[in-house]
Amino acid sequence: MAVIAEPIAKPVSRFNFFLDRREVLEMFLVAPAIIYVLLLVGLPLLLAVYYSLSNYTVYDPTWKFVGLRNFFDIVQNPTFIQTLVNTFIFTFGSQLLGLVLGKFGAFLLLRPFPGRKIVRALIVLPFVIPVALATIAWRWLFDSLYSVFNWTLIALHILDRADAPNWLGTPWLAMLCVIIINAWRFFPFAIVIFLAGITAVPQDVIDAATVDGAGFWRRNYQIILPMILPIMAIGLIFGIVFTFTDLSIVFLLTQGGPVGATSVLAFAGFKTGIESGDVAHGAAMSLFMLPVLLIVVVFMLRFIRRREI
Amino acid sequence: MNRILARSLWEFAFFLGVAFFVVLAAFPFYWMVITAFKENSDLYDVSNIPFWFNEWPTLEHLKYLFEETLFARWLWNSLVIGVCVTAITLVTAVPAGYALARMKSRKGETLGITIFLTYLVPPTLLFLPLSRIIAELGLQNSMWSLVLVYPTFTIPFCSWLLMGFFKALPVEIEEAAVVDGCSLFGAFIKMAIPLSVPAILTVVIFTFTLTLQEFVYALTFVSSSDQKTITLGVTTDLVRGDVFFWGELMAGALIAAVPVAIAYNLFLDRFIAGITGGAVK
Repeated sequence: MAVIAEPIAKPVSRFNFFLDRREVLEMFLVAPAIIYVLLLVGLPLLLAVYYSLSNYTVYDPTWKFVGLRNFFDIVQNPTFIQTLVNTFIFTFGSQLLGLVLGKFGAFLLLRPFPGRKIVRALIVLPFVIPVALATIAWRWLFDSLYSVFNWTLIALHILDRADAPNWLGTPWLAMLCVIIINAWRFFPFAIVIFLAGITAVPQDVIDAATVDGAGFWRRNYQIILPMILPIMAIGLIFGIVFTFTDLSIVFLLTQGGPVGATSVLAFAGFKTGIESGDVAHGAAMSLFMLPVLLIVVVFMLRFIRRREI
Repeated sequence: MNRILARSLWEFAFFLGVAFFVVLAAFPFYWMVITAFKENSDLYDVSNIPFWFNEWPTLEHLKYLFEETLFARWLWNSLVIGVCVTAITLVTAVPAGYALARMKSRKGETLGITIFLTYLVPPTLLFLPLSRIIAELGLQNSMWSLVLVYPTFTIPFCSWLLMGFFKALPVEIEEAAVVDGCSLFGAFIKMAIPLSVPAILTVVIFTFTLTLQEFVYALTFVSSSDQKTITLGVTTDLVRGDVFFWGELMAGALIAAVPVAIAYNLFLDRFIAGITGGAVK
């Protein structure tokens, strides 16, 4: 009897032991996600750092260690400095514009009015449409010959067809277009974040402040603003990260042109690393994003921690 | 009297503001729609008023898209990729989100934040080494490389989302199941998962929309037309040399964008709640 019972009982109990130990089970459940992310995010990140310190190209895959030489190469290149400056202008210009639009939009949408749901659904369109497709639509809107903006300006006799602007062919205008498109894409996000923050402020706090004699501005800037600051900061962090590292708008709208006026870090990294096959220099260019990302991550952690207190 | 005037002026300004935002946000979308159904002769005539149809709307561009281009193939590719990535994400993120939510001490929280932070590591930093890894695996220039890579951003995001959800799920239900003789794993499978169907549905929608939106990895890893996703195919394959087929481009963009826009619109609040990680309580 015992001989028969033992082999049946043993696997069951071992199985139960494994599935009933809380810590073991938790590690077992979380492991696949962690392994996946480690292998396909962590490992490539380390590889990217190593690439930037090597002389690896697709034509010469020897992986020889060359120290910081790639970084010295690229910072001595004036085109790259231009790219770096462009990236900052693009990021902060579009985030600023997006925030201003977002604040006004949220202010309007805060008040109930008939059709608000539909208006909201329309206003968030830029954020919910895939950005690559929206950029193609904008490219058509800014077309050198058939731009609807130019058509309108000409029809209103503000401009003559001869001096209609070539939106994507003039360096500063092209930069403006790229900024506008990115701000356009992010302002609904800012609106929704603002709204989420403001509606989360308890009404009794606002009532108490009103009773204590706080006026409209005081309520706005000394009560509501500090309370929605953490959520706003998280929204802004996302905006900065996704703008600073963006490739699609520039790639599809201007290809970095005219003459490098809209080239940004991600685009330069793509051109050098993928299209030209100079992986080492491309990786070094992309890695210039890392310091900004690290700063952002530190902020992010601070805000996430703060909300727990 | 003055008061009424001021009040109606204020109302007018308010609705003017609302109108401004609606036009700003929706005009490019309107432009896509109107371009997609316009005759070419109407489209490329600067003496026509461009804001509406001067000739009868046409389905010519849509027809061209489905008959003369690989558009249907791209739709299919995107669907296959979406389904596979969703499956991978669910299998990994649901258990991970659950375990992170149930971990005692701060370990779960820290681990969760770490996983979520990888969502912020941009594709443009990883595409160089990843293209090498993909080449090593023999997946270069194949849509399956995207099935492999897309979970790198859907898993962190969805684990975080699900962690928040499972935290809100009372642990007593599972404890009751354990008292009744269920194993801990059984409690997860039989109690927690059935109760989390709404959250899982959200994850499915997000995974799908995130894969449909993705552009950078697709651009880097796939160059054959028949392997492209819809977003990549429309934006890169409908341009011959320097000639843009605007009617076809806008029709394709429209078909790809509408389902994403609708799904996202419905789930936007949950997306925001996921991103802000419950900064609003």
